[in-house]
Amino acid sequence: MTSAKPRTLFDKIWDSHVVERLPDGTCVLYIDRHLVHEVTSPQAFEGLRMAGRKVRRTDATIAVADHNIPTTDRRAGIAEEESRIQVETLERNVAEFGVPYIPVLDARQGIVHIIGPELGISLPGMTIVCGDSHTSTHGAMGALAFGIGTSEVEHVLATQTLLQKPAKNMLIRVDGTLGFGCTAKDVALAIIGRIGTAGGTGHVIEYAGEVIRALDMAGRMTVCNMSIEAGARAGLIAPDAKTFEYVNGRPYAPAGDAFERAVAHWSTLPSDEGAQYDTTVVLHADEIAPMVTWGTNPEAVLPITGTVPDPDSVLDVEKHAAMQRMLDYMGLKPGQKLQDLPVDVVFIGSCTNGRIEDIRAAAKVVKGRHVASGVRAMVVPGSGLVKQQAEQEGLDRVLIEAGFEWREAGCSMCLGMNPDKIGPGQRCASTSNRNFEGRQGPGGRTHLLSPAMAAAAAVTGRLADVRELV
Amino acid sequence: MDKFTELTGIAAPLPLANVDTDKIIPARFLKTIKRTGLGVHLFDTLRFDAEGAERPEFVLNQHPYRRAEILIAHENFGCGSSREHAPWALLDFGIRCVIAPDFADIFHNNCFKNGILPIRLPREVCDQLMEDARLGENARITIDLERQVVLRPNGEEIAFEVDPFRRHMLINGLDDIGQTLQSGPSIDAYEHKRSTEHDWLPTINGV
Repeated sequence: MTSAKPRTLFDKIWDSHVVERLPDGTCVLYIDRHLVHEVTSPQAFEGLRMAGRKVRRTDATIAVADHNIPTTDRRAGIAEEESRIQVETLERNVAEFGVPYIPVLDARQGIVHIIGPELGISLPGMTIVCGDSHTSTHGAMGALAFGIGTSEVEHVLATQTLLQKPAKNMLIRVDGTLGFGCTAKDVALAIIGRIGTAGGTGHVIEYAGEVIRALDMAGRMTVCNMSIEAGARAGLIAPDAKTFEYVNGRPYAPAGDAFERAVAHWSTLPSDEGAQYDTTVVLHADEIAPMVTWGTNPEAVLPITGTVPDPDSVLDVEKHAAMQRMLDYMGLKPGQKLQDLPVDVVFIGSCTNGRIEDIRAAAKVVKGRHVASGVRAMVVPGSGLVKQQAEQEGLDRVLIEAGFEWREAGCSMCLGMNPDKIGPGQRCASTSNRNFEGRQGPGGRTHLLSPAMAAAAAVTGRLADVRELV
Repeated sequence: MDKFTELTGIAAPLPLANVDTDKIIPARFLKTIKRTGLGVHLFDTLRFDAEGAERPEFVLNQHPYRRAEILIAHENFGCGSSREHAPWALLDFGIRCVIAPDFADIFHNNCFKNGILPIRLPREVCDQLMEDARLGENARITIDLERQVVLRPNGEEIAFEVDPFRRHMLINGLDDIGQTLQSGPSIDAYEHKRSTEHDWLPTINGV
């Protein structure tokens, strides 16, 4: 009797999507869902047009504008010309090629990685791609989801496949129970702090362990979202009862009898006992505190109780120079307490932390308090539906009364492609995913943290330990 | 796509690790609907000050590196966003080869789609090439993709690995889509089988 080799979740999804294996091992990989947005698609549609090609599966593709639309009232249209042209180009392309499109003024509009799971478009076991690196978010559904470039967007539009080689398997297990005040964002930042921004290169990360199992779906999406910041192609989490409950009843998800059959299949996806991983990393919840980044890449991260590190403590000449460059850019001195750093701007939103659970967490800290004087604080819901839900729960009033701006959905200040930017030298506490130089605006200084920590920064006017406020 | 067989040119030394795609081209320059014309924004904040004047200390603002066709860098080049505008900007500037100890996956992939050859070489070899590059015009480097070697100015040959499929596509200037469309019948068969076995799989029929 032979027994099949135990396989990981990634192996199973990969194997079931291989259309053809070329002699050198490159695979023609079938793609179940293709999410399209305005920034990385114009050149892809133009390529199709030039070659006289069609979109192969318009019924597996969905488009939405999110990256550079304003988050103020949009009924008057988009004032900035280049942004307007990009959105109009998307609208023209989806009409010409017959791709389903969620219009800017539709309540379901939002950040592509928020609305995929929210609408039941992203499902367990699927391959999901989008011309955006944070496509890894959808891995929380138990799907293989990764970002692609524009040439690959065109490739998927034309063929519904990609030419890929399998990635290596990495297991990241987080044991224990998260401490008071610690969230999924802190888990993600702690992981990147441990393995580094290139720690996951060439790998797909499977997150497992007690801490991951205990996270709600929103938290799992936050963790998977940040996989790319650790250099991984994708991050995924085995689907379980929470996943199925989350999917059930969503507009584009299978319903009734079809849902039951889907769950039967999805239940076969978790990694087999004895499955092999190329790399395994184990963290314990005790090592995780509310985290905040101090430098210009996400691995430059410390617990909020920490102090700015000293480049002189680093022997390697290059690492010393890199750390000094970060401190110069961030306007920091060795030994400064992170908790003493005053902030100018607070941004709560993005595909990392723009879900209803994130807004609830922020509102809980803010309730009964006020944004510190001189601080500009804004909440940008991840989608129109998140915004509606928050308004039904009265969270918008809590935030507005406290002095927050309450915005329309979009990517907003995560990357400052729309008018939401921070100014040169301004310090921003941000729930987004990248603290690169100039990411939120030229010369802007970003500190990444959780929504609760961002709320704490807003009401105290400095980076603060949320555990002292709740 | 232009074929890539052999390239001899000036190599620019960029001794930085973790050069992210926001650094290669900031998001504010992604509002284009074309692939071309991005070279003027390549490494914008490193190359230009807030007033738009050149920073003389940046390598690509120096003679002869304004004409560089090869870039030598440190670890994790191209990390961050999936924006293909990063290789488009490099290509538009004139860079057709980047040599580094390692690359971020999506950027690495995007290079090949645009006729740019990313070469992974051990850090100590990159350091030697970095020294060669510092000699500027006096030290041209040759990349021979057919033989898979980098030729140092002193004549030394350094072998490099490249994915055979990617090499084939570059040498012949082939486009991936054309290649994949040859698998059309397999894709049809796969779709048929999948929709039969998993008849619960929903489709997106309008919004």
